[in-house]
Amino acid sequence: MGKIELQGVEKSFGKVDVIQDVNLTIADGSFVVFVGPSGCGKSTLLRLIAGLEDTTGGKILIDGTDVVDTPPAKRGLSMVFQSYALYPHMSVRKNIGFGLRMAGAPKAEIDRKVEAAASILNLTQYLDRRPGQLSGGQRQRVAIGRAIVREPKAFLFDEPLSNLDAALRVQMRLEIAKLQDSLGTTAIYVTHDQVEAMTMADSIVVLNAGRIEQVGSPLELYNHPANLFVAGFIGSPKMNLIGGAPAAAFGAATIGIRPEHLHVAGDGGTWRGKVTVAEHVGSDTFLYVHVEGAGEITVRAPGEVGLEPDDMVGLTPEEGRIHRFDSEGKALAS
Amino acid sequence: MARRISPTYKISMTVIAWAVAFVIFFPILWMILTSFKTELEAFSTPPKFLFFEWTTENYTLVQERSDYVRYAMNSVILAGGATLLGLIIAIPAAWAMAFFPTKRTKDVLLWMLSTKMMPAVGVLVPIYLLFRTLGLLDTHIGLIVVLGLANLPIVIWMLFTYFKEIPKDILEAARMDGASSWKEVVFVLAPMAVPGIASTILLNVILAWNEAFWTLNLTTINSAPLTAFIASYSSPEGLFWAKLSAASTLAIAPILVLGWFSQRQLVRGLTFGAVK
Amino acid sequence: MATRQMTTVGRIATAPSIIVLLIWMIVPLAMTIWFSLQRYNLLYPDRRGFVGFNNYVYFLTDPAFGSALANTLILVGAVLAITIVGGILIAVLLDQPIFGRGIVRLMVIAPFFVMPTVSALIWKNLMMHPVSGIFAWLAKLVGLQPFDWFANAPLLSVILIVAWQWLPFATLILFTALQSLDPEQREAAEMDGAPALSFFFHITLPHLARAITVVILIETIFLLSVFAEIFVTGTGGSAGNIAFLVYAKALLDFNVGAASAGGIVAVILANIVAIFLVRMIGKNLEA
Repeated sequence: MGKIELQGVEKSFGKVDVIQDVNLTIADGSFVVFVGPSGCGKSTLLRLIAGLEDTTGGKILIDGTDVVDTPPAKRGLSMVFQSYALYPHMSVRKNIGFGLRMAGAPKAEIDRKVEAAASILNLTQYLDRRPGQLSGGQRQRVAIGRAIVREPKAFLFDEPLSNLDAALRVQMRLEIAKLQDSLGTTAIYVTHDQVEAMTMADSIVVLNAGRIEQVGSPLELYNHPANLFVAGFIGSPKMNLIGGAPAAAFGAATIGIRPEHLHVAGDGGTWRGKVTVAEHVGSDTFLYVHVEGAGEITVRAPGEVGLEPDDMVGLTPEEGRIHRFDSEGKALAS
Repeated sequence: MARRISPTYKISMTVIAWAVAFVIFFPILWMILTSFKTELEAFSTPPKFLFFEWTTENYTLVQERSDYVRYAMNSVILAGGATLLGLIIAIPAAWAMAFFPTKRTKDVLLWMLSTKMMPAVGVLVPIYLLFRTLGLLDTHIGLIVVLGLANLPIVIWMLFTYFKEIPKDILEAARMDGASSWKEVVFVLAPMAVPGIASTILLNVILAWNEAFWTLNLTTINSAPLTAFIASYSSPEGLFWAKLSAASTLAIAPILVLGWFSQRQLVRGLTFGAVK
Repeated sequence: MATRQMTTVGRIATAPSIIVLLIWMIVPLAMTIWFSLQRYNLLYPDRRGFVGFNNYVYFLTDPAFGSALANTLILVGAVLAITIVGGILIAVLLDQPIFGRGIVRLMVIAPFFVMPTVSALIWKNLMMHPVSGIFAWLAKLVGLQPFDWFANAPLLSVILIVAWQWLPFATLILFTALQSLDPEQREAAEMDGAPALSFFFHITLPHLARAITVVILIETIFLLSVFAEIFVTGTGGSAGNIAFLVYAKALLDFNVGAASAGGIVAVILANIVAIFLVRMIGKNLEA
C-alpha cells in the first residue's frame, strides 16, 4: 500500500553532490524519520521522493513502480510543508478539499471527507475561516488535514513543527504520532531535532552530507551507534567522546560514554577532575567536569546533587556502557 | 524620538509640515480655484483667493467643445490599450522568469530594463518616418503600440517582482495536491497574483496617460490625447486662463486620484527594485 | 524547483517580450545610425547620399549644440540638487510626529501625477506671468518689481517647473528608505546620548546614501529626456536641451540626417548613466 524504496538515489546541483548513493527501504505503515544536521540533505531527499526535485540518478519505487519520471501530482503522496503553504485566498474547507477537487471527486464526497478530517483535527469550527485568521497551531492542523484527506500512499512531513513554540511543539508531536498510528499510513518525517526523531519514529535514518550514516530504531541508535557521527548526534546532552590515553586504555582510538551513564562520587572513580559548571534543574543535575587528559566531561546525575564549581569528583562509567570506536570513527564490537 | 514627544514639538512640526505641503500643492490648488472664475477675474490683479464670483461656465465651455470629449476618450483608449498590450506580452514573460529562472534570466531582465533607459529622441526619427510610411501617424493603434512598448520593461519588471513574492511552496503544495500545470496557474497562482497585476495596471495607466513625448509628436487630430490638447493652449488668443484651468483640472483629476492610491507601486516600479 | 519540461515552457513564454523589445530597440536604433550617416532632408528627398560622419560634425559644431548640451547638463544638475536636498528635508519632516500626516503626504506627492503639459502651462501662466501671476503678486507685496521669468531666465523657469514635478518622486523614495531605518538604531543612539543633528549626519544620511544614489541615477535617466516642458513653454530657442534640439532638427527642419546624429549623441549620453544604474540594480537582484 505504501512501501517506498530508494535504490542508488543521487542528486547533484551543478557540481555539488547533495545526495550520494542512498539505498533505503521504508516498510508500509511505518513512521520513518530522516534526521541530521543542517545541510545534510534530508529535506532534499524528501523532495526527491515527493517529486518536487528531479533525481540525478537512481530509482525511487513506490509499491514497486519506479516514479522517477512521474510528476508529483501523480505520485499519490501528500506533503506537509514547514511553512504550511496554505492557499491564502481559500477557506479552510476549500484548502483541505483542494486535492480532492483536483482529482475530480463529486462534491458530496469532498464535503464528507473534509468534515471527517476536520473533526479528527478539531478544526470543524474553523472550516469557513481563511488561513490569515488562524493561529500557527491551527494552520498546521489545516496543513495536516489537507494531507490526510486524500488518503495518500504516504505522508511526507518537512520539519512541520519548527515554526511552533516549544509547548505547542510537544503537543503536536503527540497528535501527529497518534494520528499516524490510527491511520496506519506510511509516514516520512524530516527534522533536525533528535528528540522529535527519538519520540516519534519506528525507524530513524541518520543523514550526514548526503549519505546515510545509520538506519535503525531509536533504541538501536541509542545503544549501538555505528559510528562517531551517530554517537554524537543521538542523545541529549551529547555523548562524551574521549580520545588519547583514556581511550587507549580500552583498546580504541576514541571511546564514548553518555552523560547519564557516569556515576559521580567524591572519592575514587575511574577518572578524577574538578567541577567547572554545575546546573541544577531539580529533576537532574548537569555537571561539567574537567578531567586531565580527557577534557571537559558532561555528567547527568538524577535528582539533586549538591556539588558546586571547584569541587573535586571521581567519575565511573556504568558497566557495558562504554562505546569504542576505531581511528576511522567506526564502532568496534563491544 | 520615541516616547515623550512634547506637544509643542508636535504642533510646531505639524505647522511646518502643513506649510511646506501647502506651498508645494499650491499651484494645483490655484489652478482648481482659477477654473471656477470668469476669465476677467482669472487675469485680474491682485489675484482673488476665495472671494470671487464662482462659476462653472468654464467647465461647460470645455465640455461643449466637442473635441474635448474626443481628447479625453483618446487618453482613455491609449492608456487602456497600452496597458492591455503590455500585460498580454509581459505576464507570460514575468511568470516564466519568476518561476522558471535560468542562468540567463537575470541578464535578460537587466537588459529589458536598460531598454527603458534609452532616450526617446534616439529613435524619434525612424519611428516617425516608419509611422509616416505605414500610415500609422495619428492613429490609435500606432500610439498604443509605442506607449505599450515604451513602458513594457517597467510592466515586466513589476510583475516579476510581484510573482517572485508568491511563496514557492504554496505552488508546490498545489502540485502535491494533484494539480496539473494549468490548474496550478488557474486555481492558485492567478488569484494570488491579482493584487500585483492590479498594482501594475495602476502604475502603467498613470504613466501612459501622462506620457508627453510620443503623444505630442506622433498625433495631430485623430488620436491626440489630453496631453496634446492642453499643449494646444500654449499659443492661444485672448483670455484663456480660466478655460485652461478647467481643462487641466479635468485632465489631471483621474490621475491625481489614481496616483494617491499608487504610491507604493510607484516606488517599486520606478526604482527598479534598487530601493527596498 | 523547475523540472526540464518547465524550462522549455518558460523559454517560449519569455520569447515574445524579448523579440518585441529587441525589435523596438534594435531596429529603430539601427535605422537612426543608418540615417545619421546619410544626407537626408525630407524637404529635398532626392538629395540623398552617404556622407559619413558629416552629420555628426554638423550637429556638434552647430552653435545651438553647445548651448543645448550646457542646458541639458545644467537642467539635470540643478533639478537633481533641488529634488535631493528638498527631498531629504521633506522626508525627514514627514518622518516627524505630525497631525494629519496622510493629507500632508498627499499634497506633497501630487505634483508628480500632473501631466507635464499641464504643469508647464500652469506655471508659465498662473504662477510666473509677469502681470497676473502669483509670483508677480508676491513681488509687488514686498515692493519689488515683478520678474518676467520666461523672458529673462527661461532655463531657470524650466528648471523650477521640472524640479517641482520631480520633488515628490525623490521625497517618496527617500521617505521609504528613511522608514526602513531600524528604530532600534535610534534608541541606541538615544541611550548613547547622541544629539539629533549629529544622529542625522552620522546615521541617517549614510543610511540614505543608497537611496540617494538610486534617485540620482533614475532621475538623470528621465531628466536627460525632458521635452514637454520646454516644448510647451516655447523656450526651445533659449532653454532647449539636446532632446529638444533633436526634435527641432527632425520635425521642424526636417533634417533627418542631422537629427539622427543628434539622437545617437543623446543615446550615448544616456548610456553612460545607464551602465551605472544597471550595475546597481543587478547587485540588488542578487539580494
